Amino acid sequence: MSKERIQISEALYDIMPSDYQDLVKSATYGKEDRGWKDIGTSKELIEQHSLCAGCPESMAFRYILASLPNPEDTVMVGSTGCTSLVFPMVAVHNIHSLFGNQNAIASGLKRALSVRFPGRVKDVVVLAGDGATVDIGLDMTLQAWFRQEKFTTICFDNELYANTGGQESGLMQKGFVAKMAPVGKLFDKVRLPEIARESGCHYVVNCTVSKPSLVEKVIRNAVHVAREIGPTYLQLYTPCILEIGKNSMEGLQEMRDSEKPTERFAYKEYISEPAKQLLAELAAKDKERKAAAKQLAGQASA
Amino acid sequence: MADIHSIIGTKNKKGQTYTDTWKMMNEAPRTPSFYTGSEVIKEAIRRASCDVMIAYPITPQSEAAALIGELFAEGYIGDYFRGESEFAVMSQCAGAAFGGARVFTTTAGPGTMRAMENFPMWSGARLPIQMIVTCRGINSPLSIQPDTLEIAYLLNTGMLVWHAETAQDFFDWILKGYIVSEEPDVHLPLALCCDGFFVTHTKDVVNLTPADMCLPPYDPYRSPVPCMDMECPPVRMMRDPFVMKSNYISYATHASWQQEIWAAVERSRKHTIHWLNGLIDTENTDADIVIVASGTAVSQGREAIRMLEDEGVRCGLVKVKALRPWPEEEIRQATKNAKHIFVPEFNVTGWLAKEIRATVPNSQRVHAGPHVCGGMTMPPEIIVSEIKTALGMKTFSMAGRGS
Repeated sequence: MSKERIQISEALYDIMPSDYQDLVKSATYGKEDRGWKDIGTSKELIEQHSLCAGCPESMAFRYILASLPNPEDTVMVGSTGCTSLVFPMVAVHNIHSLFGNQNAIASGLKRALSVRFPGRVKDVVVLAGDGATVDIGLDMTLQAWFRQEKFTTICFDNELYANTGGQESGLMQKGFVAKMAPVGKLFDKVRLPEIARESGCHYVVNCTVSKPSLVEKVIRNAVHVAREIGPTYLQLYTPCILEIGKNSMEGLQEMRDSEKPTERFAYKEYISEPAKQLLAELAAKDKERKAAAKQLAGQASA
Repeated sequence: MADIHSIIGTKNKKGQTYTDTWKMMNEAPRTPSFYTGSEVIKEAIRRASCDVMIAYPITPQSEAAALIGELFAEGYIGDYFRGESEFAVMSQCAGAAFGGARVFTTTAGPGTMRAMENFPMWSGARLPIQMIVTCRGINSPLSIQPDTLEIAYLLNTGMLVWHAETAQDFFDWILKGYIVSEEPDVHLPLALCCDGFFVTHTKDVVNLTPADMCLPPYDPYRSPVPCMDMECPPVRMMRDPFVMKSNYISYATHASWQQEIWAAVERSRKHTIHWLNGLIDTENTDADIVIVASGTAVSQGREAIRMLEDEGVRCGLVKVKALRPWPEEEIRQATKNAKHIFVPEFNVTGWLAKEIRATVPNSQRVHAGPHVCGGMTMPPEIIVSEIKTALGMKTFSMAGRGS
């Protein structure tokens, strides 16, 4: 892209909202090595949001949108929950339809885009909470993986139903006392990353969003593998500080505490053989490109 | 995408010519063919320039859904797959339509009910998906037999709802349905219903349009809402996510959006009248007695009228083709002379009779019945008997019916 698709007619420029003008001026659509470091120097693809102050989900949103390799040709699919409060503020096309059907929507969407734009890249990325992904939508999550649908599923795992006020979810830890789990949750946290691997996902990562560089890496990998090979799954811990009794400034520490080697969000990844090969090829190309750029810069300064 | 007029006359990859729909449906030669209703659905879709079809097995629509798979294998459809449940299928259809595809699916009975949450979402998102509903029983104990109760649940979803009587209706309306559904001032999904088995599994002579002609493709950029393909600017659609805000602006936004859906249903009226040649068909509506029906109850009503004529009782007929938009004024006019209005139905609640009672003046004229349900057939004799009883005429006792 291409910013041609978002240019403003000169006659209408001054009446467009300033955030749209900023998108045209300094968003990173089409920038080859876009990433989290663009935050602060370019227009982000997320505008003001209405999440709670300090919500780790808002950090996750910013890192993910800064890291999508191809936002100019990416359509996102959300579900009901806190994420649906954010999506109207996101400058890539996105769909909210029902609660839990996100992977079904994405299946139809990806196929339609493949029929309509053969030979062109059109990435589809699902982003939904753990209730949508693992409870009400589990069959559609898994069935999309069984069918090898070529899109990325991201689960914002906050281990409960945040938007409805902190009820028990399948990804909640065993023993946690919550609404609808009045004597503590009676069964283990559902092991969706393992299930994802067994269900045919080619790239699976379980981690927190405490490190933007890590989020950037896994998002890029997940989108590239989904584009070329098959389904990918990211489970990102975005604690609901409100419902676990933390303060606004404590989200980052909560994530750091939960990613220690013995904790439930210790970094875990699974990469299938074809995905490993693809990622190695991409890394080699990237290296080549950087070397060429360095050489060019050297020549220019000489 | 190229302008629709420049596409007409060109060929698709199967060698079919994109044809002006009015010419194709009304002027092109027709070939009489002896087909089941399911085969007729396949033949209509062969000519419909469909991008995506998503299937799920449930009697009595499974055969049609599988036959369209054959069309995919032959290259007539862009993509086709079996979803995991009707709820998922209808969401997959939504995803494909959000992405700018012309989408087709079929369902029936409990499947329609399982998928129900999707239908107001489809109309709210203004997705012109076409769904065939081959009606069957939805209640427990389990039944796979024809029963039209599920249509009642579709009437308030914001979808267009048409009720076909014959396989010929089906063939023509599938193709015309896309044209009405995709009009920019409509842009709503269509539930095209028929009575399962009676239409899907019986053979009938159907006049088909030439197989080498097809509909012009769907142009998603004529939609009143943006197509989700990142080919147009990703502007924020809302300043605030109004969904969960409790303020007047939020309520007003929701209210006007819902009103707009029903205004679009209303605006479909002129297109539906144009393409279906009216929302209703009528015969002899100057008679004192008029039967008003939809689906195969119309055929049974027609037969009952012939039998009554033999006994010197003159009776008119109103065939209701479109249920949404509802032919309010047409039904009022067609029944203005009637002293008695009979509404035979294949369901236990009599939803069509309720609609008609709410439409006509002097609604005590409306006799809700006869009703059959759970897959029972409706012999014309029971319609005759219902009418004669109401008129105080002698009628015979029907074996096993305890009358």
